[in-house]
Amino acid sequence: MVVGRALGILVLLAGILFAAGLCRASPLGDNPTTSIFQPHSTPAESIYHLSIFVLVITAVIFLVVFGLLIYAVVKFRSRATGTDREPAQVYGSTQIELAWTIIPILIVVVLFLATARVIHAIQDAHKPATALEVTAIGHQFWWEFRYPTLGIVTANELHIPVSDPARPTPTFLKLLSADTDHSFWVPQLAGKTDLIPNRVNETWMDPHETGIYLGQCAQYCGTQHAKMLLRVSVDTPEEFDAWVRTQKQPANQGEKEIAGRRVFETTACINCHAVGGTVATGRFGPDLTHLMSRSTIASGAAENTPENLRLWVQKPDAIKPGSLMPAMKLSDDDLDALTRYLETLR
Amino acid sequence: MSSDAIAVQTAGVSADRTWLQTLHEWVTTVDHKRLGVLYVFYALIFLVIGGIEATIIRIQLMRAHNDFVSPQVFNRMFTLHGTTMIFFVIMPFMFGFANYLVPLMIGARDMAFPRLNAFSFWLTALGGTLLYFSIVGGSGLYGAGSAPDVGWWAYAPLTSRAFSPGHSADYWTIAVLVSGFGSIGTAVNLVATVLSMRCPGMKLSRMPLFAWLTLVMSGLVLISISPLSAAQIMLLVDRYLGGHFFDTQAGGSATLWMHFFWIFGHPEVYILVIPAFAFASEIIPVFSRKPIFGYPVMVGATVSIGFVSISVWAHHMFTIGMTSYSNSFFVLTTMIIAVPTGIKIFNWLGTMWGGKLQFKTPMLFCIGFLFQFLIAGLTGIMLGAAPFNWQLSGSYFVVAHFHYMIVGAILFCIFGAIYYWYPKITGRMLNESLGKLHFWLFVIGFHLTFDVMHVPGILGMPRRIYTYEPGRGWDTLNMIITIGAFIQGIAILLFLANLVFSYFGGSKAGNDPWDGWTLEWSVSSPPPVYNFASIPAVASRRPLWDLKHPEDPDTHYD
Repeated sequence: MVVGRALGILVLLAGILFAAGLCRASPLGDNPTTSIFQPHSTPAESIYHLSIFVLVITAVIFLVVFGLLIYAVVKFRSRATGTDREPAQVYGSTQIELAWTIIPILIVVVLFLATARVIHAIQDAHKPATALEVTAIGHQFWWEFRYPTLGIVTANELHIPVSDPARPTPTFLKLLSADTDHSFWVPQLAGKTDLIPNRVNETWMDPHETGIYLGQCAQYCGTQHAKMLLRVSVDTPEEFDAWVRTQKQPANQGEKEIAGRRVFETTACINCHAVGGTVATGRFGPDLTHLMSRSTIASGAAENTPENLRLWVQKPDAIKPGSLMPAMKLSDDDLDALTRYLETLR
Repeated sequence: MSSDAIAVQTAGVSADRTWLQTLHEWVTTVDHKRLGVLYVFYALIFLVIGGIEATIIRIQLMRAHNDFVSPQVFNRMFTLHGTTMIFFVIMPFMFGFANYLVPLMIGARDMAFPRLNAFSFWLTALGGTLLYFSIVGGSGLYGAGSAPDVGWWAYAPLTSRAFSPGHSADYWTIAVLVSGFGSIGTAVNLVATVLSMRCPGMKLSRMPLFAWLTLVMSGLVLISISPLSAAQIMLLVDRYLGGHFFDTQAGGSATLWMHFFWIFGHPEVYILVIPAFAFASEIIPVFSRKPIFGYPVMVGATVSIGFVSISVWAHHMFTIGMTSYSNSFFVLTTMIIAVPTGIKIFNWLGTMWGGKLQFKTPMLFCIGFLFQFLIAGLTGIMLGAAPFNWQLSGSYFVVAHFHYMIVGAILFCIFGAIYYWYPKITGRMLNESLGKLHFWLFVIGFHLTFDVMHVPGILGMPRRIYTYEPGRGWDTLNMIITIGAFIQGIAILLFLANLVFSYFGGSKAGNDPWDGWTLEWSVSSPPPVYNFASIPAVASRRPLWDLKHPEDPDTHYD
């Protein structure tokens, strides 16, 4: 009995410590983590500190009550040698009951004040003039990112500059939805905020370290909710400026791959996809102007390689069953030409 | 009808019935005990169905990029699993026990409105059937799904015609609507029964806590099922009559649905857990051999939980972008509810303190409940701290938290209640060794699954994803979770076997196998039709204690 209970709690504590400890240790880089206990941005850090505070208080409550329970179970178990007499019939005690009403009330007050402070600090944060503004739009099953001040449109991989605490350049995101509810969640940078149709939400982040941060949609949005992945690339100011310059350039006009471009522009591709400076102005799918500057396709479901691109156009269900991209039913020659054209969109 | 006539009638029907007559009796019955048994039987069937769905979900998530089922099937599975377990397993269990026990405990011969009772049960039964009929009848359009796949909250606008063509979402809506009417009927009945059918001497302050908590639960049903039904009707208007309440493409509001759903959804948690408290409040005293500690405070705490639970709904919506003031308000109300809940835990501990604890199977399940309810409450505080919630909400941490509540607290209490009252209902004891095996296997499986499940949430794994990327540290954890789920499955099969074999071969229970104190133990097992040949009169909260201990009756302290 006691052993079982103790085992249970050990497993739970070990789990929490495992998550907290192991994940703080793992470095950024090739294998980024999505642990909420390894924050790299002010909102995520404030949440982390609050969560440690809450965890400590709840752990203390747990140990006290659990200790009482174990004590009662061991101490007051019916012993075989005992008499048949019933124990003393106690009906209650006003003092004791008052005590275990008032102490929890005090704990609640403390917890509430600590929580309200963090809510205010994150939600009502001042937006500095140096902040980068991005509009994130959730689509069934991909992310559109628009930089209104820079005139850039891209998808699924958000590029933002690192923020030096001395001269902060946070990113403020306006969150919109084109169809169903979604939720923007990059655990290391900020808590999640939903993208809801007919509603404008906001979130912000000021990453302190460069690198790739992973996240994904956290509000069930339909068949392919699972593969609506997010990548945030936090760049040095120089890298970011270079990226902005590339993105601002018009699309490669496809002089070398005229056959592939013709396939693209004479089929249904252009109904959904835009390629800047061409007849392709569709808005339902990701903007492909600089497709090859992204490291993944299908909202992170596959690496951006020629083979995957070809497969994706030929048979999207092989990569992401239920995605809204239709199978284009092109001949092998057209597929090859189209893939070659897409590869020029750098 | 006099008691003699009842006896004659009982004798008359017990002999030489064909199975068709028996079936006819059960289908047309208005007897609260039979309806109670029907509810529980119905819930057990759906427990198995919901369990199979859970197993499919867990096999799919066993490893990264698994392809045991397609995303379409997976999404239907978690929608059906959630809807089934809430509406067609836990609620029928609770209504079943309330139906069976409330009249017996308050010394009444039946519920206030026996026909309404039968009507309500059959509505609930129709609801569950409709939900599953969607699998064969749901597909009206080529390519449209055959079972609802909108999640058990059915957030707008996923339920609109644009995103849910065909009829599967309609089956979900109508199933919930119809069973909701059944719940309202039963709640009206329970309130009327508790308030007006008590036997002489049973003042409100002398009712068993079970009756008190049932009263609070029924009140919450009346308050919270109404907005749910309203929302379902609005959704039907949207889908069939061109309304735009939730149709965001026509300017409707997605958040309106969230508010409607959660103002039902949070009190619903208490609708489910208050009866679990009721079971614990009957079982723990009997196996501690002491009266419940602080009866008036227990009643007060329950009533205040009922009231406060109506004001906390938006803590399910911390991520939808409410203002910092709204968020702070719902943090406060959510944390306040921890106070009466804490009082209840301490009072159960106070009941055990200084007692002579007998670790029979019902008591084991109640101690498991105390332990797991404590943890579920503490993870609830973590989720109630809005900023922490922005990270944890929608992740596997939440899934672990509410399964801790619904399985670890509520289902444990239901198992305890079945072991405790099965002898009364069938006249046979459940096998105690099998029961203890069931308990320990289930505890091990439960903790393997749901303790571990907190961790992938902390590591950033969202809920409702049919597959996940390798290399995020989720793989091993998910494998352990699935192994735990199978252990729980084996434990449930043992339990079902125990129910069947003990019915035929269990030892005879007698009237009062646990040396209990409430009125149901004063009648035969199973109780006679119409329960009491002559209506009892009581003078304290524990009438049978007074009978057994004339030297130290409760009446002195009442």
